[in-house]
Amino acid sequence: VHLSILLPAIVNGVLNGALYALIALGLTLIYGVLHIINFAHGTLLTAALFAAFFMHQMLGLDPYLAVFILTPAFFVVGYALQRFIIGPASHGNDGNILLVTLGLAVIIENALLFAFRGDTRTIDVAYGFAVVPIAGMFISVPRLVGFGGAVAVALLLWWLLSLTDTGKAIRAVAKEKLGAELTGIDVAHIYAVTFGLGTACVAIAACLLIPTYYVNPYVGNAFVLIAFTTVVLGGMGSIAGALLGGLFVGLVESLCGLYLGESLGQIGIFLMFILVLLFRPNGLLGERA
Amino acid sequence: MKRHAFVPIVAAVATLACIPLIVHSNAVLNFLVTTLLLTLAGQGWNVLGGYGGQYSFGHAAFFGTGAYATAILQLRYGLNAWPAFAAGIAAGAGVGAVIGALTFPSGLRGSYFALVTLAFAEVLRIVASVAPVTGAGTGLLIKLDLGAHAIQFQSRAGFYWLILALVAGALVITRLIEQSRFGAWLVAVRENEDAARALGVDPTRVKLGAITISAAMAAAAGCFYAQYFLFVDASIAYGPWISVEALLAPIIGGAGTVFGPLFGALMIKTLGEAAKLVTGDVPGLDLVLYGAVLILVVGLAPRGVAGIGARFRVWLVPQKPREAA
Repeated sequence: VHLSILLPAIVNGVLNGALYALIALGLTLIYGVLHIINFAHGTLLTAALFAAFFMHQMLGLDPYLAVFILTPAFFVVGYALQRFIIGPASHGNDGNILLVTLGLAVIIENALLFAFRGDTRTIDVAYGFAVVPIAGMFISVPRLVGFGGAVAVALLLWWLLSLTDTGKAIRAVAKEKLGAELTGIDVAHIYAVTFGLGTACVAIAACLLIPTYYVNPYVGNAFVLIAFTTVVLGGMGSIAGALLGGLFVGLVESLCGLYLGESLGQIGIFLMFILVLLFRPNGLLGERA
Repeated sequence: MKRHAFVPIVAAVATLACIPLIVHSNAVLNFLVTTLLLTLAGQGWNVLGGYGGQYSFGHAAFFGTGAYATAILQLRYGLNAWPAFAAGIAAGAGVGAVIGALTFPSGLRGSYFALVTLAFAEVLRIVASVAPVTGAGTGLLIKLDLGAHAIQFQSRAGFYWLILALVAGALVITRLIEQSRFGAWLVAVRENEDAARALGVDPTRVKLGAITISAAMAAAAGCFYAQYFLFVDASIAYGPWISVEALLAPIIGGAGTVFGPLFGALMIKTLGEAAKLVTGDVPGLDLVLYGAVLILVVGLAPRGVAGIGARFRVWLVPQKPREAA
C-alpha cells in the first residue's frame, strides 16, 4: 500500500482512537474505583448520542454547545443509577453487579428502540465535512476537535483526581475502601460520584462524535467492546493506559480496515481483545497476573 | 443415587407431553415451543453459570454454531436432517470445549470470563455475516421438505414433542450432574475455587467439562431453531438476544436448580406475551420488561423464583429447636 494511503489511515485511526480513549476513560475510572465492569456503558453512550441528536433537532443547539448541558445531566444520571439502582440491587456481590449492569443495558437499549424505532439518524452541521490540509493530507475538522476534546477531558480528569479533595477521596476509596470509610469518607457517595464522572465522559464523547457519526438504538454496542478492549489493553483502572490503549485500538481498526476491508476492520479489535485477555489480562502496561 | 430425585422430572415432562392432546391452538403451541426452546438454552447456561458459577455473556456462540452447522450440512452437503441435527450439537459442544480450553487455563473468571465469551460470540457473528459458507448477509434458507424424516413436522405438535424430549434430556442430565461427584466438584469450584483446588479438585478440568455440556445444550436449542423456522442469519444465530435470554431464564427462575430455567422461561415468555397484548407488537418493550425483572430479581430475590419458594418453606415449616449446647 502506498504511503499516501497509509499515512492518512494512520492519522484517521489515531483521531478515532482519541474518542475511543474518551469512552474507555469513563469505563476505566468506574472499574478502577468500584471494581466493576459496567456493561451499561455502551448503551449510556447511545442514550447520550440520542440526547445530542434531539438537542440539535428540536432546539437547534450545536453539539459542541450541547456538551455543556449534557455533561452535567449525564453526571446526574450516572450518580443516580449507581446510588439508587446498581448499589442497592447488587448487595456488593460481583456476579450481581454484572447482571444488574447488563439488565440496565438491556433496558436502556430497548427503551430507545421502543421510543425511536430502529431508524438510523444523522445530524447536519455546517462543519460536518470541513477539512484542513495538514502536511499534504486533508484532515476532518470535527475529528480534530474530537481529538482535542478527548485530550482536554483526560487532563481535566487527571487534575480532578490528583489535586481536588473529591479526587483524593476517590483515590482513597479505590485503594482501600474500608480504610477510607473509617476516615469518614461516604463510600456510597464516592462510588456514585465516580460512576457519574464515568457517565459524563460518555456524554462528552457523544457530543464530539455526533457531527460525523450516526445514531440508532444499537450504535453503542459497536463501541462497548472497543472500550473494553481499550481498557483491558491499557490495564484496568489506568487513565494513561486508557489513553494509549484508545489510540492503539483506533490505529489497529483503521489498518485492519485498510488491509482486510471495512467489514472486517472490527475483527482485528476483537481478536486483539481475546489475545490480550488470554495472555496479559492485566494489560500491556500492567503487571503479569 | 436417589431414585425419587427423578420423579418431579418425569411428572413435569409427562404433564407437558399431554398438552397437545388437549390444546390444538397453534398460537398456544407456538408459545410453548419457544418457551421450551428458551428452557433448553437456559439449561445450558445453568450448567455452567448456575452450578459452575462461570457467567457467560456469549452463549450465542454455541446456539449459533448449532443452528448454522445443521443448516449448512443439509444445504451444502445434502445430509439428512437428523444426523445434521446431531452434528450441530457436536459442533456447538466443540466450540464450547475450544473456548473453555483457551480461557480457563489462563485463569479467566468473573467479569473477564463474561467479557471474553461476549467477544467470541461477536467474532463469530461478524465472520458469519461476511463468510460465503454462511450465506453472508442474506442468511440461509433450509429447503422445504415436509415430513418427520427431515424434521419438518406437518403439525406444531411434532415440533413440540421434539423440543420437549430435548428439554427432558437436559433436565435428566442436569439432575445426574447434580447428584454426581462431578456436580459436587462443580459447585465446589463455584463456591471457592482455591479451596476446591486445595482439596484435590482440578478446577480447569471441571469447568471444561461443564462448558462442553453447557454448549451442547445451547447448540441443541440452535439446531432446533433452524429446523423450526427454516432460516438462520448472523444476527439471529449469533445475536446478543439469545445470550441475554439464555442467562435471564435460569437467573430469574433460580440458577443452580434443575427446574430454574423452565420456571424462568415460562415467566419471561408470559411477560413478553402480556407486553405484546398491551402495546401491540412494538419491538423493544418486552426486553425492557425482561431487564427490569432481571434487576428486581437480582435485587430482591438473589436465588430466583425457586429461592422465594424455599424461603417460604422455611417460614411455613417450623424449625426444630436447637439443642442446648
